[in-house]
Amino acid sequence: MQLTNTPPPLLRCDRLDKAFAGVRVLRGVSLEVLPGELHGIVGENGAGKSTLMNLIGGVHQLSAGWMEFGGAPYTPATPLDAAHTGIAFVHQELNLFPNLSIAENIFVGQHPVRRIAGVPFADRAAAATRTRALLDEVGLTTAAPDTLVERLPQGDRQLVEIAKGLNQDARLIIFDEPTTSLTNREVERLFTIVRRLQQRGIAILYISHALEHVLTLAGRITVLRDGAVVETGPRTGFDTESLIRAMVGRDIEHLYPPLPSPPSSPAKVLEVRNLSQPGVIENITFDLHKGEIVGIAGLMGSGRSELARILFGLDPAGKGSVRLNGAPLDGLPPRARIARGLAFVTESRRDDGLFPDASVAENLRIVHPASPDPLRMLKELHVAAASSEQAVGELSGGNQQKVVLGKWLLNPPAVLILDEPTRGIDVGARQEIYSVIASLAERGMSLLVISSEIEELIGLCTRIMVMAGGELRAEFPAGTSREDILRAAV
Amino acid sequence: MRRFLSSQYFVLWVSLLYAAVMAPFTPAFLSPENALNILSSMLPLLIVAAGQTIILITGGIDLSVTSVIALASVLGAMTMTSTSGNVVTGIAVMLAAGALVGLINGIGMSAGRMPPFMVTLATMMFFGGFAVWITKSKNVGGLPRNFNAIGDSLPAVALIAIAIIAVLHFVLSRTTAGRWLYATGRNPRTALVSGVPVRLTTTAAYVVSGLLAAVASVIYTGRLETGSPVLGQRILLDVIAAVVIGGCSLFGGRGTVLWTVLGVLFITLVDNTLNLTGVSNFAVLIAKGGVILMAALLDTVRTRYATH
Repeated sequence: MQLTNTPPPLLRCDRLDKAFAGVRVLRGVSLEVLPGELHGIVGENGAGKSTLMNLIGGVHQLSAGWMEFGGAPYTPATPLDAAHTGIAFVHQELNLFPNLSIAENIFVGQHPVRRIAGVPFADRAAAATRTRALLDEVGLTTAAPDTLVERLPQGDRQLVEIAKGLNQDARLIIFDEPTTSLTNREVERLFTIVRRLQQRGIAILYISHALEHVLTLAGRITVLRDGAVVETGPRTGFDTESLIRAMVGRDIEHLYPPLPSPPSSPAKVLEVRNLSQPGVIENITFDLHKGEIVGIAGLMGSGRSELARILFGLDPAGKGSVRLNGAPLDGLPPRARIARGLAFVTESRRDDGLFPDASVAENLRIVHPASPDPLRMLKELHVAAASSEQAVGELSGGNQQKVVLGKWLLNPPAVLILDEPTRGIDVGARQEIYSVIASLAERGMSLLVISSEIEELIGLCTRIMVMAGGELRAEFPAGTSREDILRAAV
Repeated sequence: MRRFLSSQYFVLWVSLLYAAVMAPFTPAFLSPENALNILSSMLPLLIVAAGQTIILITGGIDLSVTSVIALASVLGAMTMTSTSGNVVTGIAVMLAAGALVGLINGIGMSAGRMPPFMVTLATMMFFGGFAVWITKSKNVGGLPRNFNAIGDSLPAVALIAIAIIAVLHFVLSRTTAGRWLYATGRNPRTALVSGVPVRLTTTAAYVVSGLLAAVASVIYTGRLETGSPVLGQRILLDVIAAVVIGGCSLFGGRGTVLWTVLGVLFITLVDNTLNLTGVSNFAVLIAKGGVILMAALLDTVRTRYATH
């Protein structure tokens, strides 16, 4: 390592290029990360953030360019190389074994051993002691080392992953969208831990769509667009507006559309009465009127997604009734509910929203196969796809979500339920989806929007209900403050 | 090279290549009689494999087809040789037996939520054993001539097979039912949310597979002129290998019956040429295992090549 007055960068990326099947997804990206620095990486989906991280993490190999880590050439061939060099990766989808304990996860592949007569045995006591120390370090003081990871909430699992990185003496930790599935309290805790890591001299690369989080934490920020660096500099040079401008390459005037005017004589479309399922939801009663956009706020585990699944007939309801335009839906399977005018954009496109390997056309046709010209949705919703035969999994998150919306809108439903409609979607597409939602309401559709982003609900909804512990706790009109909603949610 | 590897008809080219390589070693191979031989052993296998194709498209597997063949064979033979039975009731009993086993499979999966492998393994053992038990392990001979004539007539068998392939191809490529089958195999949860009756689709697929195995049983039983409780026991792996070599994914959502036709052609060619060389039956099995492995390896290479 060379000695100079300014600290030498821990990681230096020099004009990185990456092409997949001849398509250049990264073009001459240069980046420096100093020890103890938190470097924020922002950009729309498809801007190249994940590719860049996968190059650094050894998942993919460079097409051209040069990397240095700690002053030495760095050419990882596998993620294991990256780990041995001192780079830990906290993935969006956490890479833990849910059926193993915390300690076993932390020491996977390199469990401490004790030799008895030369035969190595797993030293559980040593592993537990070391795990205890690591867990205390990341603020997970309440969990025992032998707790199974599947018993931990999402936020705690992330801390386990960080502890795993610390155990490997990581000097750089890459966070990929760390806050998407965290509660607000867990986010606060994560921030504290992140700052503590920085004080220990650990550098952090922080990728996120949550621009406020990046602005809170980062010392420097790099903005990627279309595979290239468009801006990079100290955090003080940026605010939300300028970041969005740099990411999108144009101004986003109004993120949220004007609220639809409330109908003069609101007709009840969806009537939910005393809907209960033991341990899941409790006595849910509400009405959804024609042309309304009703938001459901609540923390993870509050029962909001479970309510949506029960309304759609995917999970059973123990008690209570649901009526759509006066007709009971109880006991009907999803197919019958769709025929009566219900539609559901699920929380996870990959799990139950799309067939990622199938073509865009195939995905559009699945709900209403008899609908003439399903491809018209591509134009109506401005889906950016090479062709209708392209696999939908290759599209960006925003375009995938538009395809999900499109398959339902081919035959407009009376009630559209949207669970996390903008999760993993960049600002540009987000704005488009908001304006689609507003115009659907304007045309008389009733929408139920579930979201963990309170700002989104405030910006979009004519009414916001708050769930906690499986119950409806409160209801607010449009224009309620974030604080009021949060208070009702905890 | 790339076009060759990624061609839909890759398996056909491989089959032709294989035939060209093997021809010099087996002089009888290119005779017209042998061509008819190949066709005749290919067709019933194809009918079973077509059913298996639908099952693989839904992401499942049907191990019970060979037991259906045996069960239908003995039940049909017993019906036809009883005093009140005739050819029509015999065939009806055979088809009903196939459909019933398929229904049990389907209900076990959709209502019992058991994995296809376990359910069809259980029905394979149960009905395979049942067929031997009710006949006390004896063949049932003396079948009506009209019945035997169906299996013996190559044109009739060809007509049945072509009709089945045509109908299945139409259903898979042009109908809502076809979409449901692929959707169920690609991602059953997305399918359910999208309004696909996943359980009904799955159950129907197994009923069709059972039915088609019973149709093949009509042909096999007629050719043997005997109801046999061990009929078809050796073709299970040929069926699955043929469908996979044809290009169906074992993970569901990918495949067509036309691909399966090519896969069955390939398997039959391998079987036929090896038998013509006059080596022992077990040597044939060894060689077949090797050839199937090669084909599967080629398929993997080809898939990787096509996607990167």
